[in-house]
Amino acid sequence: MTVNVRYFALLRDQRGLESESFESNSATVGDLVAHLAQTHQFSLPPSRIRTAVNGEFADDDQVLVDGDTIVLIPPVAGG
Amino acid sequence: MFKLASEPIVSTTLNQEGAGGFVTFEGKVRNQAEGRPVNRLEYEAYVELAESEGRKLVQEAIEKFSLISAEVIHRIGVLELGETAVLIQVASPHRREAFAGCEWIIDQLKVRVPIWKKEHFADGDSVWVVPSEENKV
Repeated sequence: MTVNVRYFALLRDQRGLESESFESNSATVGDLVAHLAQTHQFSLPPSRIRTAVNGEFADDDQVLVDGDTIVLIPPVAGG
Repeated sequence: MFKLASEPIVSTTLNQEGAGGFVTFEGKVRNQAEGRPVNRLEYEAYVELAESEGRKLVQEAIEKFSLISAEVIHRIGVLELGETAVLIQVASPHRREAFAGCEWIIDQLKVRVPIWKKEHFADGDSVWVVPSEENKV
């Protein structure tokens, strides 16, 4: 299936891209994050990366569907 | 009301009818971070989700503290020293709820709303701030 991934802040810098689409065989959001963290050598462990799928916060066990847009959210630091 | 602003924050008039207490908090760009001189800050947001989560937390604050009204404006983009990064205004019938509601909003904002801060240091280095793991909801 094809997934669209968006990166912000620290993770965008480490990936070197704002977004990308690719073929994935990750079953869940958590699997995808773990895969990306390892592939791109993120400085953050997957446990510290939150996600949103199609505009809503998601849990790691959410099952991915073809065409999903997954946003990787590093620890927030507003204020 | 919650909004992101890419221009300097201009305070708006909040509904204060019936208010006995009105509290304003302004978060400012400080000239140092843990002793290291800072020249400017840069804020980035996942705009769609920051706005929806921000509106949600303002509504929660209104209900939790029986506020008359509450408003948050957060800057994004590059900010110079002394600029206001976030403005929170809260009106309530009594002062206690106004103080408590205002503090709750900034505490929640810092852990829930997808906004990130990059510190640009005087020595030319720049770093995305990653809060320690204890700062969870």
